[in-house]
Amino acid sequence: MKEAWKKFKEGKWNKGIDVEDFIQQNYKGYEGDESFLESISDKTERVWSRCEELLKEELKKGVLDIDVDHVSGINSYDAGYIDRDNEVIVGLQTDAPLKRIVNPFGGIRMVYNSLAAYHYTLNKDIDHYFNLYRKTHNQGVFDAYTKEMRLARKVGLLTGLPDAYGRGRIIGDYRRIALYGIDYLQEEKQKDLDQIQGVMLDETIRLREEVTEQIRALDEMKEMALKYGFDISRPATNAKEAIQWTYFGYLASVKENNGAAMSLGRVDAFFDIYIERDLQEGILTEKEVQELLDQFIIKLRIVRHLRTPEYDELFSGDPTWVTASIGGVGEDDRPMVTKTSYRILHSLTNLNPAPEPNMTVLWSEKLPENFKRYCAKMSIKTDSIQYENDDIMRPLYGDDYAIACCVSAMKVGKQMQFFGARCNLAKALLYSINGGVDEVKNLKVVENIPKMEDEILNYDKVLAAYHNMLSKVAELYVNTMNIIHYMHDKYAYERGQMALHDTKVERLMAFGVAGLSVVADSLSAIKYAKVKPIRNEEGITIDFEIEGDFPKYGNDDDRVDNIAKEVLEYFYQELKKYPVYRDAKHTLSVLTITSNVVYGEKTGATPDGRKAGIPFAPGANPMHGRDNTGAIASLNSVAKLDYAGCCRDGISNTFTIVPQALGKTLEERVDNLVTILDGYFSQGAHHLNVNVLMRETLVDAMEHPEKYPLLTIRVSGYAVHFNRLTRKQQEEVIARTFHTK
Amino acid sequence: MKGSIDSIESLGLVDGPGIRTVVFMNGCKLRCQYCHNPEMWKMREANYTPQELYQKIKRFQPYFGKNGGVTFSGGEPLLQGEFLIEVGKLLKQDHIHIALDTAGVGNGNYEEILKYVDLVIFDIKHLSEDGYLKLTGQKINESLKFLNIVQKMNKPLWIRQVIVPGIHDNLEYIADLKKFIKTLKNVQKVEFLPYHKLGQEKYETLHIPYPLSNVPAMDEKKTRELYDYFAQIDK
Repeated sequence: MKEAWKKFKEGKWNKGIDVEDFIQQNYKGYEGDESFLESISDKTERVWSRCEELLKEELKKGVLDIDVDHVSGINSYDAGYIDRDNEVIVGLQTDAPLKRIVNPFGGIRMVYNSLAAYHYTLNKDIDHYFNLYRKTHNQGVFDAYTKEMRLARKVGLLTGLPDAYGRGRIIGDYRRIALYGIDYLQEEKQKDLDQIQGVMLDETIRLREEVTEQIRALDEMKEMALKYGFDISRPATNAKEAIQWTYFGYLASVKENNGAAMSLGRVDAFFDIYIERDLQEGILTEKEVQELLDQFIIKLRIVRHLRTPEYDELFSGDPTWVTASIGGVGEDDRPMVTKTSYRILHSLTNLNPAPEPNMTVLWSEKLPENFKRYCAKMSIKTDSIQYENDDIMRPLYGDDYAIACCVSAMKVGKQMQFFGARCNLAKALLYSINGGVDEVKNLKVVENIPKMEDEILNYDKVLAAYHNMLSKVAELYVNTMNIIHYMHDKYAYERGQMALHDTKVERLMAFGVAGLSVVADSLSAIKYAKVKPIRNEEGITIDFEIEGDFPKYGNDDDRVDNIAKEVLEYFYQELKKYPVYRDAKHTLSVLTITSNVVYGEKTGATPDGRKAGIPFAPGANPMHGRDNTGAIASLNSVAKLDYAGCCRDGISNTFTIVPQALGKTLEERVDNLVTILDGYFSQGAHHLNVNVLMRETLVDAMEHPEKYPLLTIRVSGYAVHFNRLTRKQQEEVIARTFHTK
Repeated sequence: MKGSIDSIESLGLVDGPGIRTVVFMNGCKLRCQYCHNPEMWKMREANYTPQELYQKIKRFQPYFGKNGGVTFSGGEPLLQGEFLIEVGKLLKQDHIHIALDTAGVGNGNYEEILKYVDLVIFDIKHLSEDGYLKLTGQKINESLKFLNIVQKMNKPLWIRQVIVPGIHDNLEYIADLKKFIKTLKNVQKVEFLPYHKLGQEKYETLHIPYPLSNVPAMDEKKTRELYDYFAQIDK
């Protein structure tokens, strides 16, 4: 160890596992500009151009290949390469690039459906084994689901539930492998295991079994790395090894799991410490450093999971949410921006824009001005960056948290999340008017709700009924989540990722909502205009007539913005009334990703004038075209939603502006974008996706995809190649508000 | 007292420096043939107290950065002088930068109004008396009177000239314009805005005949060329 750690400043980190302390003791901030950055190396160019060929082929076929003869696992596959001679960072999920893994632990049906969609058949033995002898997470969940839960799922009141595949959103602290080596991590886990003693009941027994599995998983990681010729039992001794070791940790996680979001964590300052040491010793040149990082990024870009076509409809474009958190500020107020923060973002130039890794800049007032400007410039150029407010997250999560998926913060290696998908708030509002009957499927979903028979809807009455409905939904939602995560722990436990967490991990259960702006505008319409329900023969409201105008969310108008705020706060308080599996903490997000399209499809007409089947706005965005007093008023409305007190799992907002509206020259645009970001976040707002583009470009790209192979845009919480969205989603993106003035 | 405001744009990036809140105020004496806000010609019901407007603008202050602020536009903001003064007093408590986008045709009281103004964006309609009358329906005197006071008070000035094909797009006019601007002090910027037809639809909705229906939009490239010519005169 002494050799690996030479020249590093000592601290708590060399007496026990503490990556945060290692970073704080050793990183060197960078306040300069981007002029030091190097272009793509020859080797990287060769590797990437091979990948580009494969990616083209994949896009044509849907999937490039599937390994049907193995079952997911850290060490289930032989070593694989893209272009062995030119790869400086190695390791693939299977034995060939873009060849997908079969992971039946989450659910075998999902495997069958995906294989059928691409005309593959599962190896007979595996098929046989999983059907006869191995129960999956999915089967466990459905054994325990109540009738109400099945119904809520069927009608889309609760949707996107992780009950048929991996839950994801867990970030292993992959850096621990580089800093300490596997052997030390195993020793520490063994010590933990020996201390788990006392009365042997559920939680203690479960934990002992889990830690034993974690130790086993660490063994498998060592063996997997050995197949590539690396001994990761010991710590990394230089930058190349640090990146490679960290990547092996991440790679193990995406070999073993297929969660929707398999995020990377926060590596910029960590890598930079090793890089700086090597640069000083003359072991590396800047060109070689960029080469290492570009090749690391290439590996992250080609992570794949096997999905069903229905899944793709919900989360379009084959996203994997390899979210990379960049920048931020330390608890001692020193910006954590290093040259490596720049180098990671620079891959968008060297390798062209791409959706993965999901570049997430942790924004703070205190970030160096040069870095702010560089980020803004890259946003304008690539539309591939999202921004999250470090100044409101740091007080809650410290200075070594990272974002999982789109907006979910967690302390790396110390907290994990039970992903909770989302609840359709707009549908719940309709249920409170329709006596608990689903307006599309005509099924009674929630019992003991009186049907509203008023000629004109009365605000106080509707609000009271909605509150009553939300209380019932909250109970159902919490219980459903508890079943899902109990079964996931039992049948698809993330042993490798959890081996890279503290044994005493803090758990967050992340609930979510969709349709917030529809609900806010609907309640506002009922309060400030006259809303008359149109009922069918069975007395179900199928449409609404609105007389008069009403304040709309997205115009910085407290009359309606406060409604949105209060609905969230009410729902969160209700959720907290119900106990959660493994003493997790309740958290809440306002995030839909691309599923706002599907949720809208499944929801009838709403009192705000939105017709049946029309998409919701994504995340916390105002409804399309209703935020008509300019971008800043729109941002201000979203900024009012409370992060720290209510939505600690994130509040997603996607902002699209045409380049001309942002300023006349690039210089002006950069200045203005920085000012907008500073202004938005200074008010306590949480998240912003930034797109700077013309509506016409998207319309043209929809008609002529071949002209725009690289067009990347930010949707809700992730970036996506525009061409990979479904037609409906493309239309929805085009219908969004583009700020043009 | 209340002001009559048509609308507020919270992200204005072209009417003055930096990020600006643009307040569009109702009422205008001119009837410029190319006007793209004819819905603001008439004074409408007053809808904001100074305090209300100030509170609204205050919400956008975090975005003003180093050089942004508020721009009063319209219509003709000078027609609501007293209201402007009251709002100006409130905004100045918070040191908010105030720009006035104007043709200079109000009801007097200009010194008092300009006390609170940091930048005047002055729209030159036409240089000649005849041209001005023909284009706006009013005499040129009032606007020159206003400009004179702006000069006396040493207010920073941006000059705007809309370029309409057949009216301003000739070298003689541009040369005259240069001559005129050279007589002014504190001019920080001169902008040429190519005439566009985006306002035409509004006329149809308002059932007002569109005077320039036969005039094409001004070519942007030609506008740039005219500006280059303008910039190099007397260099």
